[in-house]
Amino acid sequence: MANFDFRTCSISGLKIDKASENLVRWNLIAAFATLAVGGLFALLVALTRWPSVHLLPLEFYYRFLTLHGIDALLAWIIFFEIALVHFTSAVLLGTRSYVPWLGWLAFALMLIGGGVINVIVLLGKADVMFTSYVPLKADPIYYLGVILFAVGALLGFIIFFINVILSKRDGGYKRSLPLGVFGLGAASIIAVLTLLHGAGIFVPTLLWSMNLIPNVDPSAYRLVFWGLGHSSQQINVCAMVSVWYMTSAFVVGGKPVNEKLSRTAFVLYILFINIASEHHLLVDPVLSTWHKIVNTSYMMHLAVLASMIHAFAIPASMEVALREQGYTRGLFEWVKKAPWSNPAFSGIAISILLFGFLGGITGVIFGTEQFNIIRHNTWAITGHFHGTVVAGTTIAFMGFTYLLIPYIFKRELIWKGFATIQPYLYGVGVAILSIGMMSAGAFGIPRRHYDVTFSGAPFSFTFDPAVDMFMSMMGVGAVLAVLGGVLYILIAFGSVIFGKEVQ
Amino acid sequence: MAIHEPERIWWNPLSKDERLWVAVALIWMLVSFIFMPIYHIVGSQNPPSETYAVSAEQFDKLVKGMVEKYKVGEENGFPVVHPKPGEPVYLKASMWQWYPVVELEKGKEYKLHLSSMDINHGFSLQPINLNFQALPGYDYVLTITPTTSGVFHIVCNEYCGVGHHMMVGKMYVK
Ligand code: HEM
Ligand SMILES: [Cu+2]
Ligand SMILES: [Cu+2]
Repeated sequence: MANFDFRTCSISGLKIDKASENLVRWNLIAAFATLAVGGLFALLVALTRWPSVHLLPLEFYYRFLTLHGIDALLAWIIFFEIALVHFTSAVLLGTRSYVPWLGWLAFALMLIGGGVINVIVLLGKADVMFTSYVPLKADPIYYLGVILFAVGALLGFIIFFINVILSKRDGGYKRSLPLGVFGLGAASIIAVLTLLHGAGIFVPTLLWSMNLIPNVDPSAYRLVFWGLGHSSQQINVCAMVSVWYMTSAFVVGGKPVNEKLSRTAFVLYILFINIASEHHLLVDPVLSTWHKIVNTSYMMHLAVLASMIHAFAIPASMEVALREQGYTRGLFEWVKKAPWSNPAFSGIAISILLFGFLGGITGVIFGTEQFNIIRHNTWAITGHFHGTVVAGTTIAFMGFTYLLIPYIFKRELIWKGFATIQPYLYGVGVAILSIGMMSAGAFGIPRRHYDVTFSGAPFSFTFDPAVDMFMSMMGVGAVLAVLGGVLYILIAFGSVIFGKEVQ
Repeated sequence: MAIHEPERIWWNPLSKDERLWVAVALIWMLVSFIFMPIYHIVGSQNPPSETYAVSAEQFDKLVKGMVEKYKVGEENGFPVVHPKPGEPVYLKASMWQWYPVVELEKGKEYKLHLSSMDINHGFSLQPINLNFQALPGYDYVLTITPTTSGVFHIVCNEYCGVGHHMMVGKMYVK
């Protein structure tokens, strides 16, 4: 190994090779940039749905909403996850990246794919939302962009397996992977399965949009699309939970109390989540009742059990570590003495709390077939997943960024005071946004809807006047969250460029 | 630690706290797991699954037949139909309208057939907030018994293009 360029991080003690360092860095930079773009669209869309502002003209609302979904959900999250792939499968194990060229190929495909999607949507040729339900048709270039991005992501996750297998040869680990790597392993397994669903549906759809095949069945599309769309949320959950465990280890020296339990929980995710995707189709025609029930009841609850296990194991790991540091008075001294002003720590604490109470509980409720009738496609659903993928995954990733900047970019954070409040500001904003959406949705306010006063419709209908308050609440939350998001972007880019070099 | 390889043997028994937590969580999950199927059997409001394949032309013909037979008036250019209780009711979604306006009788059971002529639409009955998906090529049959009388509106809640926000239909229960 002597001919590879390793350095030892002076803060974390991690052994980092040059190639992995660059791959993590550039994937992170792409993630920051796409979040910035996605966040800008979020602001514009949110200000349009805030009734007293109603900012954008009609087409731009749908266009920017499509891009907000793509840039935030697809690009930001997956670029960050590929950075985590390189971080866990090479840096954490202390071995090198074995196939950097593949890493760069994956990165280039994702970048080109993402760029292509953004351009074609901005040109107005693909106002189809990120779900692009057939037979709503976009320009073939749009589907091509999605396929390029997905192939890039697939290659990115495959690198995980290559690195981990070869790392053993070089002594990266002897018998078992560290838990953080194991969690990303679960994420990568789910990612491969998921992205194959993606190919299964986007390739025929591309051919259909080019008039090479006559049609794609709308119901089959929805089934396979959500095999991609929902299962990929489980990649996010696995990556997020890994980040929880790793942050607990880095920041307070937390140790999983029982490795068996935590690892079994990851296996439950792999086994059961792909099938639970059917909760998107509870009020669809075609699928039989018992099909829906088996998938969404039996399978889903086993995946939820896994989350319940992590919800216990991670705070427990922190408690044990903090008690070992001497904070043993009473039941809760360790809570009081936890490093709340360290944004990496507060980030995951907020993430755990909001993911569970906002995203998780509402997910279990809305995924029940009877409740789904009264929430399907309302804004409550958008509220739910801003509780999971934003208040959960995004905030966890933001927190982890504050560790990766010194470890990987060798820079100190700028604006430490602002960094301290950033997770709180973003968390409070997203929580208000999400509760506003859920409450408005309970009154029937639809998602993806330009004008809930229905101007121009043949019949006029007025929602309960209370929705005005809840939609404005969403707007206030959105502004706070965007402020938190802007802080994050400024601190991330600012530290990378202007931060004091770590010796 | 989560960032280091675990000790040689990590397949250790769970502690008392862990066993208790997992047991409570598992029981809770089992309860929610059986709740949904049980409610499906004893409850009175469940998502139906009765579906037929139907082409846009066939469905359009069924709608026309119903309108001819049961038309009782007109409202904003839409026919108002009052089908005999027990007769099938056809509701057609297209860019961007729900057609026709239907009048149902309280306490009577109907089969409400939903289908789309073009792309996906969302049937969202307001203000009671009941939501179902309308797909082209499929006839989705909802068996319903209206329990309250009044005026209801059908909002489209699946994105269906620039006219999506103008796609509002109407239903009366008398
Ligand atoms: C500052 C933070 C954010 C704000 C203010 C925000 C706000 C919004 C708003 C207002 C909508 C539109 C709902 C509608 O009109 O139906 C929306 C949709 C959505 N958001 Fe966000 N969001 C934020 C961050 C994120 C992030 C970080 C992600 C992903 C990780 C995300 C994923 C989505 C998705 C997938 C949709 C659905 C798009 C669709 O219906 O096609 N959002 N968001
Ligand atoms: Cu519609
Ligand atoms: Cu619509």
